[in-house]
Amino acid sequence: MLVRPKEGILDPQGDAVRQSLRNLGFDVSSARVGRVVDLQLTADDAGDARKQLERMCAELLANPLIESVEIRVDE
Amino acid sequence: MSAKPLVSVLVFPGSNDDRDAAWALGAVGGRPELVWHGERALPADTAAVVLPGGFSYGDYLRTGAIASRAPIMDAVVHFAARGGPVLGICNGFQILCEARLLPGILRPNRQLEFVCRDTDLRVESTSSVFLGRCAVGQKLVIPVKHGDGAWYADEGTFVQLAARGQIALRYADDVNGALGNVAGVTNDTGNVLGLMPHPEHAVDPLLGSPDGGLLLAALVDAAAAFRPRVAA
Repeated sequence: MLVRPKEGILDPQGDAVRQSLRNLGFDVSSARVGRVVDLQLTADDAGDARKQLERMCAELLANPLIESVEIRVDE
Repeated sequence: MSAKPLVSVLVFPGSNDDRDAAWALGAVGGRPELVWHGERALPADTAAVVLPGGFSYGDYLRTGAIASRAPIMDAVVHFAARGGPVLGICNGFQILCEARLLPGILRPNRQLEFVCRDTDLRVESTSSVFLGRCAVGQKLVIPVKHGDGAWYADEGTFVQLAARGQIALRYADDVNGALGNVAGVTNDTGNVLGLMPHPEHAVDPLLGSPDGGLLLAALVDAAAAFRPRVAA
């Protein structure tokens, strides 16, 4: 799962990373920092796994006020 | 039943203001008791709940996110639904937002620096039980110490909250990039308050300001008026 700050949401961590990269001489105009959550779980099929992951996001892993989520399922 | 109302102060792994909060609540007439987050029920005669400051679970994932799913939190949600007074201070505010007992969320300070200083606050609304000893427009001096204190909600929510008197406290100046300089918000029934400043660190003039005592004393007032129902 890829959890990242929604469009338009201020991302101070990303700003700090951008500034640091610029200090190193990289011409970076924007940086946004999210997080990757890798999970192993048991599911009937890919659809079931996705449903479980969506519930996990809603209940804990992301806050929909400020974060968007992309889910990828590998078997 | 004791004359002094029981205030349950929750303790999460990483809480660090639980004892200060308990001391301050005792100083303003409450009977504080520390309650471990792994409990599933509050002490039966709990008349108020305080979620103290700290860094529960090392602020992993999002500040307050993991603590908001702790075993004790179901009991806190039920207590709040029955009208019981619930106060979240700093990390406690973050936990109440993540538990969806309060609107919005606390984000990293815009300046990316930890802020630790006295702040000037303005009382915006006295519609909650916690500001019963204050007047609208009153100035309070209460310290903050946080890295993730920038309160945020979407614009529509913010306008609604202001119209309903749920914006309880604002900073007099921009402390951390919070939307509208909001320092504290309440739920729509006025029995849950979260704030980033630490009233428990401002109960004695010797410590710089007694203003936090006004909030905690009002909490104890509300606790004394609350009639706890012992769960069947």
